[in-house]
Amino acid sequence: MASCDLAVIGAGPAGMAAATLAAEHGLDVVVYDENPAPGGQIYRAIETVSLARNSDLAFLGESYRAGAALARAFRASPARFMPGTTVWLVQKDRAIGILRDGKAAMVQANRIIIATGALERPVPVPGWTLPGVMTVGAAQGLLKSAAMAPSSPVVLAGKGPLLFQLAAQYVAAGVAIAAILETGARPIAALPHVWPAWRSGTIGKGLALLRAIRQGGVNIIRNVVALEAEGRGRLEAVAYRTVRGTGRIATPLLLLHEGVIANAQLTKAIPLAHEWNERQQCWQPMLDADGNSDVEGIAVAGDAGGIGGAEAAAHSGRLVALAALKALGKIGRIAHEALAETERTAWQRHLAARPFLDALYPPPDASAQLADGTLVCRCEEVTAGQIREAVSLGCAGPNQAKSFTRAGMGPCQGRMCGLTVAALIARETGQSMSEVGHYRIRPPIKPLTVGELAALE
Amino acid sequence: MSLFRRLHEDGPGDAMTVTITVDGVALQARAGESVAAAVLASSDPTSRAAPVGGAPRAPYCMMGVCFDCLMEIDGETNRQSCMVIVREGMMVKRMARPKAVTP
Amino acid sequence: MNATTAEADVIIVGGGLHGCSAAYHLAAKGLKPIVLEKHVVARHASSASAGGVRRLGRHPAEIPLAQASLELWHRLGDMLGADGNFRPSGQVRVAENEAELAACATRVGETRALGYDFEELLDRDALRRTVPAVSPHCVGGIRVARDGYAFPFKATTAFRHKAEELGARILEGAGVTALDRAGERWEVATGRGRLRAPVLVNAAGAWGREIASMLGDTAPVKPTALMMMVSDRMPHFVDPTVGAMGRKLSFKQMQSGTVVIGGGFEGKVDHATELTELDFRQLAESATNAAAIFPIMAKARLVRCWAGIEGVTPDDLPYIGPSKAAPAAFHSFAFCGHGFQLGPIVGSITAELIVNGRTNLPIEPFRVDRFA
Repeated sequence: MASCDLAVIGAGPAGMAAATLAAEHGLDVVVYDENPAPGGQIYRAIETVSLARNSDLAFLGESYRAGAALARAFRASPARFMPGTTVWLVQKDRAIGILRDGKAAMVQANRIIIATGALERPVPVPGWTLPGVMTVGAAQGLLKSAAMAPSSPVVLAGKGPLLFQLAAQYVAAGVAIAAILETGARPIAALPHVWPAWRSGTIGKGLALLRAIRQGGVNIIRNVVALEAEGRGRLEAVAYRTVRGTGRIATPLLLLHEGVIANAQLTKAIPLAHEWNERQQCWQPMLDADGNSDVEGIAVAGDAGGIGGAEAAAHSGRLVALAALKALGKIGRIAHEALAETERTAWQRHLAARPFLDALYPPPDASAQLADGTLVCRCEEVTAGQIREAVSLGCAGPNQAKSFTRAGMGPCQGRMCGLTVAALIARETGQSMSEVGHYRIRPPIKPLTVGELAALE
Repeated sequence: MSLFRRLHEDGPGDAMTVTITVDGVALQARAGESVAAAVLASSDPTSRAAPVGGAPRAPYCMMGVCFDCLMEIDGETNRQSCMVIVREGMMVKRMARPKAVTP
Repeated sequence: MNATTAEADVIIVGGGLHGCSAAYHLAAKGLKPIVLEKHVVARHASSASAGGVRRLGRHPAEIPLAQASLELWHRLGDMLGADGNFRPSGQVRVAENEAELAACATRVGETRALGYDFEELLDRDALRRTVPAVSPHCVGGIRVARDGYAFPFKATTAFRHKAEELGARILEGAGVTALDRAGERWEVATGRGRLRAPVLVNAAGAWGREIASMLGDTAPVKPTALMMMVSDRMPHFVDPTVGAMGRKLSFKQMQSGTVVIGGGFEGKVDHATELTELDFRQLAESATNAAAIFPIMAKARLVRCWAGIEGVTPDDLPYIGPSKAAPAAFHSFAFCGHGFQLGPIVGSITAELIVNGRTNLPIEPFRVDRFA
């Protein structure tokens, strides 16, 4: 079995920063990422854009450009990068199951840093499975990786920094936006958190985005309380309701976004110990100050350990790498302290903006107004009503509801429905989300074929 | 009409054209694009029929988590087309609903 | 419930298929049983099982029970108002060479000699007619027509709901912490209060040894984690559940089109935390077996693997029947990975033992003190 000192899973900002630092200090580092190039979601295709589509940086913006330096340093480091590699298993003994070019293999790592980032919070609305309904992140990925933009005026619906960033990018690229439907109200609760967010530069950037969007003449409709995607076989229109009344916009493309959550699929599958983050309304691994989990030798960096954003993620990655270097005897305690102090300070400065953002864009209650007919599990086509019925038949938690309805049994393994199913159960039974718990996630966390597993090396 | 268009349709990247076949129809894509991206820029953005109800689905998350972009690629069923980069001559099929199982 | 001691006619420890079946049969006879489940109903083997309803290849001692149980499976829908998704699509065991086919013939002959004719020898052509997708190298096998499979969680839930409808109670989150005989009554302390009943049933699965030990019975059980894998949906290609003479394999395509692959490969089990860890080296062998018998599977995608905790005994037979050390206590546990089919009948046997003091089915081979 192949082995390494340190395996880093995910080549986004946290993974790149962690691998670069650890490899520069002499560790044998291997980095796995499913994508063809480093960058993760936030800096997706940063190398190609920097080299071949430099002019696109004009609309992709400053914060995206920042990824280029990270990627350059990562490529220049001795870390071994394995793109196009799917990690489908991590065991507590730090054996890792990978799949590359149709070949499955197990590798043994001395230490593991999990940097699997975030995913967009799945929030079902009626009609969200229609072709023409996608996520804001999906559309931004297309803009970065393929310079693709909506063919017709697009509707963006939801809230959060990523939504406004994409809107500003579209405005800058001359792409037509039919409307932004901003869900929920901007709450007063955000006010006490303004100062740390201002100091971190977050508010300044946010205001600049909003200014750019307004200057682009985009119609922003606020206080949207209900959304529905309409159409037969394809999206034809978006119907919405605000506190003032209802409206309907004809469009072939609706992009949804309700913030991001830690991508806990891998950390749950190991399983590491997790806790419910009430503020961000998602599960995240329980970590110490150095990012160590409850399992010896397995640490988590960046958004996979709790949402902090791209800049925080890079610092978090270096902090976790420093801990690995200390643990493996590559740096002493004093050197560690000195280096870690700088990273920790920078990390915390970026994290300081989160309470403001979390309060400004509070996660919607997925269960509150979900109609019985709305699909919750996209894979197995299970509705909110079926989940409620399963609860009434005695299913006390997500795993029983899964057995009963097949919700969460499809290929996405509950990534899209897990939080919604739990929220429905919590509401029906009067339990808290942490009492209700989550699906037991089982490897492989990404499908592999019977033939690939049979030929496991 | 397609859902997405390429911003640089007439740009210097034209030499980078790759031809794939989707359900028997030739489709021009750009080197480096995912199969799902190429499909979204085509006149039919759908990737598959939902396995239970049979309704059409299209790529949704474009980052490998939603599994709605499952397609048959070069004879392998249920592949995540958003994670597969186009290659010259690639044979792609939309996934139909599996035939009903009896009894 | 915490303050006072609740009364019942029978306390059943364990809310799996066997506990819920016993609760149903007791309630159907007019008794008021209560099921104490330490976690939630069907938490372990009863939801993780592959769900085979199989007489094929069974140990001769279990055949009379399996015969009787099959009749209940075929009546499950009428009996419970829900059929647990039981599908009598048959069971087949495949022979890959002449030696295995000869072993098939021997087995069928032995079963016939015992007076049972449910097993049917298949030659190469008959195998192909029954299982067209089987690999060309397979030479024959054994078939059992009225066997099939069911959905374990739904079958367990069906027993549970009918039992509750007839007056049984189910207490979840009620692990047994102490157990005493006070006069003519069992007193049981649980995480959710104390309970009292004249009769006690141990249906605690892989944890049955601890309950038996509280009763004074020595009944060796090794907890194991039997692993399973499931594929994504595939076009329909096989009806019966398929096993193999020379390989560890249990293979079935569900109505959804997904294929469930098992066969007794073991993962790791942590008895105390009730968690299992999968062993992918073993699962690779399981995958090899599936693809060897069904070449179509090589490209099928595995979307999930899991393991259920099950109790295994030294002779691979369960414990069924009265306690030897304690009065008015009965066992029904450690079914060694093949107890799902027996669930309906063993609950009935336990109820007969409690209500009538006897059963017509031969349970002597399963007595709890056979290793004492």
